[in-house]
Amino acid sequence: MKLLTLNFLTCARKACKSTTLAFPLRPKDAELEIVEADLEPLFIRNILPRVEWEALRTLCQDLGLPQLPPAAPEPAALFAPNPSDPSIPSDKLVRPGKEGEGEGEGEGEGEEGAPTQTLKDLHHVLLETTIREGKLVCGNCGHAYAVKEGIANFLLPSHLV
Amino acid sequence: MPESDSRGEAYEAEHVHAVYEQIAAHFSSTRYKPWPIVSSFLSTLPAGSIGLDVGCGNGKYLALNPSIYTLASDRSTNLAKIAASHQPHSAIVADNLALPHPLKTFDFAISIAVVHHLSTVERRREAVGEILAMLREGGRALVYVWALEQKGSRRGWDKGGEQDVMVPWVMKGPKQEKPAKRRGKGERTFQRYYHLYRKGELEEDVVAAGGTVVESGYEKDNWWAIATPREAEVSTA
Ligand SMILES: [Zn+2]
Repeated sequence: MKLLTLNFLTCARKACKSTTLAFPLRPKDAELEIVEADLEPLFIRNILPRVEWEALRTLCQDLGLPQLPPAAPEPAALFAPNPSDPSIPSDKLVRPGKEGEGEGEGEGEGEEGAPTQTLKDLHHVLLETTIREGKLVCGNCGHAYAVKEGIANFLLPSHLV
Repeated sequence: MPESDSRGEAYEAEHVHAVYEQIAAHFSSTRYKPWPIVSSFLSTLPAGSIGLDVGCGNGKYLALNPSIYTLASDRSTNLAKIAASHQPHSAIVADNLALPHPLKTFDFAISIAVVHHLSTVERRREAVGEILAMLREGGRALVYVWALEQKGSRRGWDKGGEQDVMVPWVMKGPKQEKPAKRRGKGERTFQRYYHLYRKGELEEDVVAAGGTVVESGYEKDNWWAIATPREAEVSTA
């Protein structure tokens, strides 16, 4: 289960869902696995505003991953300046390629420069870093949800429903 | 058919969940063609939308729009495992009546051929309400259920008929796997519980669950509705 998933998960119990204590669920005894995924720069850019940055920092800390900066990167930090920018010497240009073709998404699409290391790092943390085995613990009720073979199970025992 | 008060969680565990867990691989191999309404709902979402696929089955709708993010869930671990292969999306095991997501967060949700497996009207409405509770203001859910009115289908159900039915799933005889055990046994039949929706019933359930129907209709043996959470009644005082 990729870390991005945890951004959209909380405890399944009714009494916990509305509390801030239940989010994010805290990994315990987590066994990580890096699963390579195709880099989709526009996907990362689009999803970033929906990521609870503080929670993601906490998770990275819990998992012993490299520390994230205190604030989420600005959109401008995700792409190197456009190659058409005359202030850049032409021998330093990196062709932006055509990632994200078929998005058909209005003006400006495809105008981005090459993805920066910042964007690649985000891709690595959010999509390629996965929890293969372990538990996800609710900070409100303490219930632990199991992750097995990369699949988290949120079915509650009947006495907790 | 049992009275509705003997239906509920335990009943569904036997007549829905256990069946899908066993037929997962075979079921998945037969599910590849998306319904047109579902395709158009998903393909018109803006890039970067985030949403839920509740009761995702094998995740066949996850491949339709790679520029959105969908967190898919299913009651069946075997189906969730199959669904988890679709990037950039995710799949987990969860119950429609206890979804593990933050409230008022998502732009969209789909519930395709799921709510009709809940065996009482209260539980069906609770399922729709649970999905609506996860949507942000203005977020939209597409709910798709089997219709009672299926005159054209080989099953022959129609207006006025029994709405709570058992539908067989026939799994053809052994192929390569476990040949010794299954050989000669031929096909196996599983019975799944369905509530067949009559015209207008889905809209009633949406409203009872705290939603507003934005659009609804009929598509080849199914009723569908696009619902949005009803805005909180603002005090005028
Ligand atoms: Zn909890």
